[in-house]
Amino acid sequence: MTASIEFAGVAKRYGAVEIIPDFSLDIGAGEFIVLLGPSGCGKSTLLRMLAGLESVSGGRILLAGQDVTALPPGRRGLAMVFQQYALYPHMSVFDNMAFGLRNIGLADAEVKRRVEDAARMLELDALLQRRPAQLSGGQRQRVAIGRAVVKEPKAFLFDEPLSNLDAKLRHRTRIELARLHKRLGATMVFVTHDQVEAMTLADRIVVLNGGRIEQAGPPMDIYQRPRTRFVAGFVGSPAMNFLPVERMADQQGRIAVRLPGGAVVLTQVAARPIAGQLELGVRPEGLRLAADGPVAGCVELLERLGERSLAHVGLGDGTVVVAEVPVNSTLAMGETVRLRLDVDQVHLFDGAGLAHHAEPAPDGVPAEALLAGAAAAEVR
Amino acid sequence: MSATADVMAADIVAGAEPPGAALGRSAMDGPAWVGWAFIAPFALCYLGLLAAPVLEGFWLSFNAVDLLTGKGQFVGLANFLDLARDEVFLRCAVNSVLFAAICTPAFVGLGLALALVLNRPGRTGAWLRGTFFASNVLSVTVVTLIWRLVLLPDRGLMSQGLSVFGLPDLAPLSNESLALPFIALVTLWWGIGLPMMLILAALQQIPPDLYEAAALDNASRWRSFRFITLPALRRTLVLVAIVQVIGQLQVFGQAQLLTNGGPNNSTRTLVMFIYEALFDQWALGYSAAAAQVLFVLMVLGVSVQRWAERREGAPS
Repeated sequence: MTASIEFAGVAKRYGAVEIIPDFSLDIGAGEFIVLLGPSGCGKSTLLRMLAGLESVSGGRILLAGQDVTALPPGRRGLAMVFQQYALYPHMSVFDNMAFGLRNIGLADAEVKRRVEDAARMLELDALLQRRPAQLSGGQRQRVAIGRAVVKEPKAFLFDEPLSNLDAKLRHRTRIELARLHKRLGATMVFVTHDQVEAMTLADRIVVLNGGRIEQAGPPMDIYQRPRTRFVAGFVGSPAMNFLPVERMADQQGRIAVRLPGGAVVLTQVAARPIAGQLELGVRPEGLRLAADGPVAGCVELLERLGERSLAHVGLGDGTVVVAEVPVNSTLAMGETVRLRLDVDQVHLFDGAGLAHHAEPAPDGVPAEALLAGAAAAEVR
Repeated sequence: MSATADVMAADIVAGAEPPGAALGRSAMDGPAWVGWAFIAPFALCYLGLLAAPVLEGFWLSFNAVDLLTGKGQFVGLANFLDLARDEVFLRCAVNSVLFAAICTPAFVGLGLALALVLNRPGRTGAWLRGTFFASNVLSVTVVTLIWRLVLLPDRGLMSQGLSVFGLPDLAPLSNESLALPFIALVTLWWGIGLPMMLILAALQQIPPDLYEAAALDNASRWRSFRFITLPALRRTLVLVAIVQVIGQLQVFGQAQLLTNGGPNNSTRTLVMFIYEALFDQWALGYSAAAAQVLFVLMVLGVSVQRWAERREGAPS
């Protein structure tokens, strides 16, 4: 039943305003795809076009190889879970789940079987006669999911379904969704602006910006090897640190750069011609406290999150970087610290925002040696 | 009567427990008379201008009072027994009930239809909403003047329109069986704006994603209307119906000015009867008794509607 989905050159325009210029993506049957991006990037519009709730201005949408671009929503065989749940307020939980099945004239016995099966799976058995107003947010969410499940759709579409839940419930529902995907093996397309949801649920994340795909790939690829500065800045919490740097003479076939404070760092990025103003990007976990670190600054804020602590360090030029510090660190605000860059995790971004990643260290040259080289460069 | 309608309307619209019910006494600390002082201006007006006249009217209906001398005597149920034997009164009661029975479904049905059609963005929709609502601001005198010109025999707009097609002149206001329905038509033209606006407001409260969910659930237009729109509008439709029952049972101006109760009492209504009993016959007690009957009819009408609403709204 589960189906592949193909967007082929899909475009969306409202009058003269172009929301999505040209979008193409293949989604495999049974794949969990997350469309991730900031507000207004077109991710919900794409989902709604796939559902048939928005017209398509150009291109085609194929479901299991069949062109569904002009089909009405009800005939696409899709199920959608809405941000506000969209439960029918005057119907019981049972009727909410049964409505779609009755609309296609399914026999009462089959309707009952499917609804009861889904209710059992989602622990809704005891709530079947209640109305949506008598349910908590989490229960409503499960009913919305149940309403999708009973239809045995070709694909499930989720439009920011967790955004109305509190943090604890969001976490629990995330796990339930992951389990549901494993159990049903169904194609799922999930829209969110929350990168934690994307990272934890997706087989593949599609990061969108201005209606275009910035990068599509498995979550850890997106996180560790962002294709562009936009992806690097959007995925990860807190965001990646960016420092404007100046390129120095290459060393050992690697690019060396000078940081704003004057320190020179030898990156693991292979030497190559790069156009435009360079920026160095490093995630908080790639910045660590070290007495001999090349970056010096003052601790402006400490965030103790329990499982980790983050120090916001102001550099001399007004830039603030976030570094991960040991959980039990005795660091205090106002203290001057030095930070070391983990060169394995350093990325360079060119003038066009494209990323150049660290390559594995060349044979026989350990990363520490390269770092020592960087320290030596600083002394110079 | 309008106060009754307002109270009921507020009840229906709010429908929930009173706000602040959870607040303890501590939130209102201070001598008890302060609270009474706050409600005193309203309470005095209410008691003096509404409750007292209603109670006095109730008492008057058991008396025979001459309006000129002001003298009266207790007659028990005699006024009511006379009313039961008064053919004109019975005709008036039937006319009023019939009028409300024609108008109420028409107001609800047409109001709903117009609201559904005009529930759209854009200038045309806004212009049409304004147009349909515009007649609401006219006074009964203006409305009847306009419609007399339309319905005038021989020279009226309708008469001339019919003659263009070679059809005979209906002269509805002089026709016993057509006069009341045509007064209902005039009333509908006059008052359709408000029900339409009320229903429109309720329609716009329905979250659009419910219709999107229904579209994905393969629901036809009819099933979306039946299972999403109608249940969401139920309270508003009941409100409109109750307001119309109360309002139309009290019809007076249109009937007075268009037909003056004729022909042959076919459009004489209860309020006209009450008015005439008082100001033509000076029979205050008799008139008050008729008013009590009208009151009972209104309460009955509203009760039937609310009973039907509860039956419909009860979970299956």
